[in-house]
This record gives sequence, C-alpha cells and structure tokens, in this order.
Amino acid sequence: MLKLEARPHASAYWSYLSPILAVVLTLITGAILFSSLGEDPLEALYIFFISPVSDWYGISELLVKCIPILLCAYGLSLCYRASVWNIGAEGQLLMGGLIASTMALQFVDSESLWAMPLTMIMGIVGGAAWAGIAAFLKLKMNTNEILVTIMMNYIALNLLVWAVHGPLKDPHGFNFPESALFAESTLLPVLFEGTRLHLGLVFVLLALAVIWVFISKTFLGFQIQVLGLDKSAAKMAGFSQTKLAALVLVVCGGLAGIAGAIEVAGPIGQLVPVISPGYGYAAIIVAFLGRLHPLGITLAGLLMALIYMGGEMAQISLALPSAITGIFQGLILFYLLSCDVLIRYRLRFKSAGLKAVKPIISTQAEGQ
Amino acid sequence: MNDVMRLQMTGISKSYPGCKANDNISLDIGHGEIHALLGENGAGKSTLMKILYGVVKPDQGVIFWNGDKVEISEPANARALGIGMVFQHFSLFETLTVKENIELALGKQAGNTNTLAQRIREISAKYEMPLDPERRIATLSTGERQRVEIVRCLLLDIQLLILDEPTSVLTPQEVEALFKTLKKLSHEGCSILFISHKLHEVAEICSGATILRSGKVSGHCNPKQQTPDAMARMMVGDGVEISHQTRRAHSEQAYLTVKHLNKMSASSFDVALKDISLTVNKGEILGIAGVAGNGQEALLKALSGEAPDKTQQSIFIEQTCINAMSPVQRRRLGVAFVPEERLGRGAVPEMDLCQNALLTSFDFGLVTKGILQWQKIQQLTNKIIQKYRVKTPNAQTHAVSLSGGNLQKFIIGREVEQQPKLLLMSHPTWGVDIGAQVAIHQAILDLRDQGCAVLVISEDLDELYKISDRLCAICDGQLSPILPTDDLALPQLGRWMAGDFIEENQQEQAA
Repeated sequence: MLKLEARPHASAYWSYLSPILAVVLTLITGAILFSSLGEDPLEALYIFFISPVSDWYGISELLVKCIPILLCAYGLSLCYRASVWNIGAEGQLLMGGLIASTMALQFVDSESLWAMPLTMIMGIVGGAAWAGIAAFLKLKMNTNEILVTIMMNYIALNLLVWAVHGPLKDPHGFNFPESALFAESTLLPVLFEGTRLHLGLVFVLLALAVIWVFISKTFLGFQIQVLGLDKSAAKMAGFSQTKLAALVLVVCGGLAGIAGAIEVAGPIGQLVPVISPGYGYAAIIVAFLGRLHPLGITLAGLLMALIYMGGEMAQISLALPSAITGIFQGLILFYLLSCDVLIRYRLRFKSAGLKAVKPIISTQAEGQ
Repeated sequence: MNDVMRLQMTGISKSYPGCKANDNISLDIGHGEIHALLGENGAGKSTLMKILYGVVKPDQGVIFWNGDKVEISEPANARALGIGMVFQHFSLFETLTVKENIELALGKQAGNTNTLAQRIREISAKYEMPLDPERRIATLSTGERQRVEIVRCLLLDIQLLILDEPTSVLTPQEVEALFKTLKKLSHEGCSILFISHKLHEVAEICSGATILRSGKVSGHCNPKQQTPDAMARMMVGDGVEISHQTRRAHSEQAYLTVKHLNKMSASSFDVALKDISLTVNKGEILGIAGVAGNGQEALLKALSGEAPDKTQQSIFIEQTCINAMSPVQRRRLGVAFVPEERLGRGAVPEMDLCQNALLTSFDFGLVTKGILQWQKIQQLTNKIIQKYRVKTPNAQTHAVSLSGGNLQKFIIGREVEQQPKLLLMSHPTWGVDIGAQVAIHQAILDLRDQGCAVLVISEDLDELYKISDRLCAICDGQLSPILPTDDLALPQLGRWMAGDFIEENQQEQAA
C-alpha cells in the first residue's frame, strides 16, 4: 500500500528533482499517446523532440521561439515571488505588440535610427500600462488580480483584432486584416546570416542578468521575496505592500510588452491578428517549471520552445493535429504539480494487513 | 474496586520523522485523583494526551482502563469510555448559543434536546460554574467559554477529565473558581489529569504528578511534598539556572507618551481601544497584563506602526508625534518590536537566519545603495547567534527548523542589537523553555539598564511580576491605572484584568 507521509521540512533536493521527474513522466506519457495513435513511439518522440533541433538552423529557430516566452516568464517569476498572481502576460504581450506596431507604422517610409528603439520602448510602455491597470484595480479597489488579468487578456486580444481590421489595416493591402510591412529600419537586425535569430536574444540575455542580480543582490528583491513568503512579516518590517506589488506587475508588463514588440518587429515584420500562439500562458508553466529562478526558467523556456516546434513537426511529418502542442504543455504542468507533492511529502510503501486486522477491544464493556 | 487504577498507560512510545516525541512513558492515575502532567514545551505532553484521547496512534505501549486493556483508536472511543478533554484552544462557534454548541459537539450523545438546557443549568449550578444555555458564545468571556467546554464533558457522566493548560487564559479569580470545581469533581470520584507548567498551581490541587523531559518520564512525585524547585529541576534537568531576584528600576524621564489614544475596531471580532494613556520612561519596563483578546493586538499595532493613523495625534516619542509614521520611520527613531507570532510575523519561516536578521536590521549598514552586503549580514547573524546562544547548525538554517525558544532568542537578539531606545514586546517568553526564558529576561533587563524604555505585554503574570518596574492591566480596550509592581498585589491586578477599574473610570468621568 502506498502512503504519503509529511516530511519534517520541505525537501530542497526534491524541489529540483521534481521538474526533471515531471519532464520524464511527460515523455513516457507522450510515448504512450503516440503509440495509441498508431505511431512508433520512439520515432514519434524523435520527430517531436530531436528532429527540430538536429541542425544549426533548427537551433537558431528554437532560440527565436524562446525569446518571447523567456521575457514573459522572467517577469512572471517576479510577480509569483511576491505572491502576485499575474495571469495576464499574454494580454500584456499583445498590448505591447499593438502599441509598438502603432509606433512602427509611423516609420513605414523612414530610415531613422530611432525607428527600432522607439518601437521597442512603446512595446514596454504598452505592456506596462496594461499591467498598471490591473495593479491600480488590485491596490486601490481591492480586486482579485487573477480574475482581472485573465479578463484583460481577452480585452487586449479584441483590441488588437479591432485595430488590425480597422485603423492599422494596410490601405494598400487588398482589405486583408494586416498592417503595412514595417520598414527595414524598424525591424530587429538579424544576428547571424542565414537565420532568423535577431537582436531579441541580446535583450533576453540582458533581462536574465538583470533579474538574477535583482533577486539575489538587491534589497528590493529581498523585500519582494519576504512579501511573497510572509505578508505579516513584510508588514511588521514595514515593507510597503502596495509599492512592491505595483512594481512587480509593471515590470512584468514591461517585459511582456517588449516581447510583443519583438515579435511584430522581429520574425513577423507587421501587425497581424495572431501574433502569439499563447506565449504568455506558456510562460506561466515555464516560470513554475523553472522554480521561479532565472536560470531554471531559461532551461524550461528552451524546453517549451522545443514543444512548440515539435508540435509543428508533428503536424507536418505525422499529420497530427496542432492540439498536440497544448497536450504536451498540459502534461508538463499536470506532472509538475503532482511531483511537487514530493517536496513536502515522501512516499512510503506499507505492508497492509498487520494493523487493519487487529481487533479493537469493545469500548462498551465498561458498565460496573 | 479502588485497588485498580482508573488509568494505566504503560510503555507508550511514539516517533515522528526526526524526533521521538514519547519514549517508553508510563502514567498511572487513581480514582478521584487530580494528577499533574508536567513538562516544558516539546517535552511530549501533547502527544501523550493525543494518544490517550485517540487522536494519535502510539507505536508501542498499552493502555488499561479500570483494569481492562483497551485500544482507543478515535476520540469517540475515548468519550465512550468516559474520558473528557478540554483543549487549550476551544472549539466553539462564536455565533451559536451555549446549548447549540453543546448539542452540535455531542451529537446523539446529547440525549433529549428538550431537556438539554435544563441539564446544562443543573450541572453548571452543581459545580458552581454559572452558565446561561441561551447566551451566544461571542458574548462570553474566555473563562466562561472554558466553562462551556467543561460542562460539555460533564454532561456525559465522565470518569476522567483532561485539562490542557486550563489556567493560561484565566484571571487569578477565575483560576480559584476553577480549582473549587475540580476539587468537587475529584471528591465525587472523577479523576482529573491536569496539564500545566505552573508549579504553584500544581502544588495547590494535585496529589500526584508525572514529569516529562524530552519525551521521557523524568520523575513521579507528590507535588504537596516536593518543593517547586525540586520539580522544576526534574522538568528542565541539571545545569539550568532557574530563578533569580530582579532589581526594580525607577525613572521619571518619559520616552514614549500615549495620550487619549482611541481606535475603532476594524471588525466585530476586533477590540476597540478606548482612551488609552500611558508613559514608558527611559530605563524602565512597563508591563501590561490582560486576558488574550482585550485589545493588546490593536495597541501594539498602533505603537509599532503596522496600523498608522493620520487622523489623531496621541502617540509621542519624546516630543515627536508618531501617529502617522510607518514602521520604518519609527524604527529610525529607535523603536524595535518583537511581535507575539514568532513564525509568520517575527520571522519568515522559509528564510534562513541571515535573511531573517536582515528583515528588520536593514538600516544598520547591511544595505548600500540598494545592494545587499551579504558579508556584513552574515557577520551580524553570527554575532546574534553567539551572543544570544541560539542553538542552530549554522546561519543558513531556516527559521522554521529552530525550536520556539531558540527562534525567540534570535528575534530578541536581532532587535536588541539595533540598540533601540524603545522596545515593544508581546508575550516574549510564550511557549519558551525555562533556560531560554532566563536568557530572554536577562537580555531585556540588560537593555533596560542601558537606558532603553521597554513595554511588555503578556498573559504570564509570573513573568510580569518578575521583570516589570510598573504594571497595569488591559481589559476591553481600556487601560487600568498604572502602579509600581511592588505596590500592586496580585488580587488587585486580577480584578483589573477582569475590568474592575472600568466602572471607577466612568464614575470619575460622570463626577
């Protein structure tokens, strides 16, 4: 018989092992899934997880994919460290993309050196402002940030769709719901000839370093950690909950916003109705899979990008539906949450029988 | 029939991961005996009681009840045997009446519902515990709530009543009334197991005692024939200094002055502060006694700055009004604060001691331009650990892994090392072993002698009489007069804790 037994202390060892176990279990389940669909499981897993990165071009594509995911996930990790449950990275990314596109379209015929930086800055402003609304509602009106940020994702999506069908539509575009193509001066320069890998990678590395220093070396990062672990202690020490919660939301919004700007001014090159296949949602899984640590998140983000690419490969080579990407994302989150039980509990194998059959002496024989 | 024991527990052992809570414990209680179970926090008292009441299963050992071997696998078994238990924390529904609460708890055992109110009245009259079955729990005092729990047990015709630290929530007068009831019960043949660490109480009513120390029985004795010192020795072991006389201090230099502080209650379960005035002088300890839930928490929040208030000017440090200041601003003026909750307010459980040292000491050279100086933080943490003899593997140990006493020594060390001018403390030695208690009291007294003003709020009257220079009581959000400790007799303080001064105040105001 299996039994869960509480550990005296949370196990640090298992908090690192649990994500690895979750990935292994996901792969096993994936293999079972593929074989029940009539594919050779090993070959299918190869197509899904190895073939996308079997050459340099594939690896460069992997990096392109992971850029927006990582930027969102770094920001979310700050929120989650402060126990601010921001689910709105997707909406913040979309608003960043939308506002950045508005700026980019001012430079359609320009060669200005300012075109690209201003586009990026507007992306940050758009995302941060969108998150700022949620922060204002939470801190002034005491609304629940989970509900507000989820709902604002849909508002952002519909605003973007409206803009691309309306004011930002290319007047010479035969009425397709697309903006004009951005000028060369607006696009992010490609880092290596022959790939799509662009300057966004540098932004990611910069964000990685800054966030890492921020959480481990600064007093502000420490305050955020205290707020997330123990609100009463933060209050006792006099850390301002309002300022800290607003800070993490706005910083996360800014990072998600620049991710949106990078997508429109990078691989896409114009504003289209779909600029993200759910990067902002995937980033939530990535943040937790990476244990809210920048380095862990970076590894988890690469895996998540691989799942996106594997999903596309599976559609092409195995003729499987695109839902396969979502299934793998869901599996990982499911197994991660399950395996995290092992951080606080250990599994014990108990021989059933002994205790169960022992007769309980009647308690009624006590008349006297 | 009296030759068999009411209860015999033999060879009881129970292990939890990482600790042996009970190690081969034996406990015998005779018919009508009031038996004390003594021991410090963490000695294994609670585990033993949970085993007896069927909440926890022992790994080893047998229980004999009136001479028969029994297995108590759940509380219902224990109740059916005739064992009643009054827990330290009551399980009563605030919005229901006394009768409804008893009916809910007893279920079918409550018997005829129509006569229940009458039976409650009879039992409470018989044992001199006045109780109105129709009153709502929310309107009852802590002492009255305890009576509800005891009457609930007595309705079941019990043979053994277990009381877990019953006097810790009572005023001295209420304690006396409780002891009368217990003596009457024991005369009728009901055995009583009295769990406590207050030796003078045990000596007053118990005729037998079992003393536990770190999970083992360290002695059996008759408290009436033992000196309290000898029993304390059995509780704490050798090598711990138990008691010492403290010197009172006197000072007239006011540091903290509170003038007519009023505060509305935030919710219906919160106590409003009414017209509180007090001064704490430099180099003096002011003690505030009171039964829990009489406004202590609101007063501390007003003083520490966790609940700043811009609407009034009633709290002054020397001449500066601090009502509107944040906790950080107050700390910069020299205020330090030790809250009642050690884990989850005084310290962050999942953070290590370095991080917890930083929690309130950040203004003392540990942060430059927003960057943490880990080396200095580590130095400070090691200093606190050594100076205050905090038992911990190292500074990287999480706060949650420390025992209550060691964590409290650490927190107090952290605050004292900031060399505060005003130290606010709530229940500084609550749940702390005697060794740590002595060390903590000494640290407070040393700080006082250096000229710091100290305010201590506590429910432990022994502690307040030991360290306070002046003493008062809080009841229903109002403060009693303040007297030098040696001029305030215990019965008087007890009456103040029960709110005796409130009418006088009103009469004064009317006149």
